[in-house]
Amino acid sequence: MDYQPISGVWSYVAMSLKVTLIFTVVMVVVAYTTLAERRVSAWIQDRHGPNRVGPFGLLQPIADGIKNILKEETLPATASRVFFILAPILVLFPSLVTFAVIPIAAPLPTPAGVVDMIIADIPIGILYVLAFSSLAVYGVVLGGWASNNKYAFLGGLRASAQMVSYEVALGLSLLAVLMLAGNVTLTEIVWQQQQLGMWFAFPLSLAFILFVISAFAETNRLPFDMPEAESELVTGYHTEYSAMKFSAFMISEFGHMVTASALMATLFLGGWDLPGSWDNAHWYQGQLISGFAADGSVILASPALWKTLATFGGFAAKTGFFLVLYIWIRWTLPRFRYDQVMSLGWKVMLPTALAYAMLMAGTILTLDEIGLAYGFGYGLVLTAVSGMATVGFVFMLDRGRTITGAAAQRTQRIQTKTIQVGEAGHPQPEEAA
Amino acid sequence: MEAFLFYFFFVMAIGAAVGVVLSKSPVGSLLFMVTTLFAISAEFVLLEAHFLAAVQVIVYAGAIMVLFLFVIMLLNLGHDYRQDLRVGVFSLAWVVVVSAMAGVVGWRTRGGEGLAASGAGAQEIQAALEQYGAVGAIAQPLYTTYVVPFEITGILLLVAIVGALVLAKRNA
Repeated sequence: MDYQPISGVWSYVAMSLKVTLIFTVVMVVVAYTTLAERRVSAWIQDRHGPNRVGPFGLLQPIADGIKNILKEETLPATASRVFFILAPILVLFPSLVTFAVIPIAAPLPTPAGVVDMIIADIPIGILYVLAFSSLAVYGVVLGGWASNNKYAFLGGLRASAQMVSYEVALGLSLLAVLMLAGNVTLTEIVWQQQQLGMWFAFPLSLAFILFVISAFAETNRLPFDMPEAESELVTGYHTEYSAMKFSAFMISEFGHMVTASALMATLFLGGWDLPGSWDNAHWYQGQLISGFAADGSVILASPALWKTLATFGGFAAKTGFFLVLYIWIRWTLPRFRYDQVMSLGWKVMLPTALAYAMLMAGTILTLDEIGLAYGFGYGLVLTAVSGMATVGFVFMLDRGRTITGAAAQRTQRIQTKTIQVGEAGHPQPEEAA
Repeated sequence: MEAFLFYFFFVMAIGAAVGVVLSKSPVGSLLFMVTTLFAISAEFVLLEAHFLAAVQVIVYAGAIMVLFLFVIMLLNLGHDYRQDLRVGVFSLAWVVVVSAMAGVVGWRTRGGEGLAASGAGAQEIQAALEQYGAVGAIAQPLYTTYVVPFEITGILLLVAIVGALVLAKRNA
């Protein structure tokens, strides 16, 4: 059967449905991530968490929403009114529009034609995401400045410095992905991962690690939540905000988390791709294909509703994994000091990302010069090179403290114990540490 | 629809540019400038120059303007420049700028030069876009034909950074 992309009136219908559906789903996911954060934190800390509103506390986000709408709004007397109101709008907008370029499932066949499961497959793909996420800083900085409050202002300043710093490392770690995929659109990046036979997390393992760290810093989540460090700055840039305006800041933070999780899943875990080649589908010269045969001819894809649903499930699972990771890390690691954040960004992440981009460029160029075909073997070579780089990076980052340090402490502790056993008659604490 | 959007962002860019000059607070000026850059980037998208649009937002609106905002807020620049403005000089400059702009716009619309890209050049761009994609179409000439000017520009920027460092260290 010959599949054609959807056209005519039905394409407008499909487009409006997709926009409405994806926007709604993102907002619902955002709402339930706030609940998940509280439930998971409670679970990690051996508490119950919110469990009173609805079964298992599932209606809690709705109750919170109603509460935030009904609460009184305050406007500080010394705040600059226009910017104070503008800031939550500016911060909300970028976190919601970036989802438009992320493909969420395999193409869906309908009687009127095949519908791509992405709102806008624009030619600049990932650059669009970078552009809008770089605009997100304005809302945060303006909110901090317009409040006319020292703590809020410090939070805003920190946010601007931090987001600009980590954007550099983020962009550089992306370079490796773009070089391997050879394109910047996210549909193409998913397709190249299907062609390679493995997800980019393996052949580009160090880029994956750097990207995850930078994404945490970009979304201002712990251990990088310097702009709203409670113990130093009350709550940072949104100290003076109340009711729905405060809620707008919260929604944007969680919206950024959802987008960043979806982006990490797409770039490094294959997006909606599931293992095996049965679900592969890509537009190639007007045909929907699932791959190339050995002689270079195309193999036509056969999209189906169940394939779309299954791949959407895969995409949701991967995104959900990163969302849980976000929460997990928040309740596991303590906050960095501000100078530590800066020195990690400029002295560790930036040089590593630069060196890794050079290494990957050299490896990819060498493989292409040798003439190795783009496929599983190609990926294995890159995996080996990246694996060595990753081990080296972890070893360097450790600086003899965590991994080797813990081992040294253990041997020391064992020795201390042996000595204590030897000196009978002198009751001492069991461990010198 | 596209023509409507084009003129919408056109008016937005010009209006925000006027706002940069007229705004009373430095932060307001800066936000108007970001709006101008954003509107110009939207114009680029409508002209199908997607890569330029993205770079415009990433580099100017996302990085350089944030740095400006940082400096303005850190130094807390106020209104102390207003007394330096003399009404006579200011209105003279205003008249000169407005008449020059009106002249340029009038000359362009009278048919001095064609606005739309057409002919061999447009076809060449279309072919490059299909072969290399939106990013590759820029990268291909930039890193082959124009690689020397590109590298020299890079060195120029490096020299400027080193110069700024030298000046800053000397004062300290």
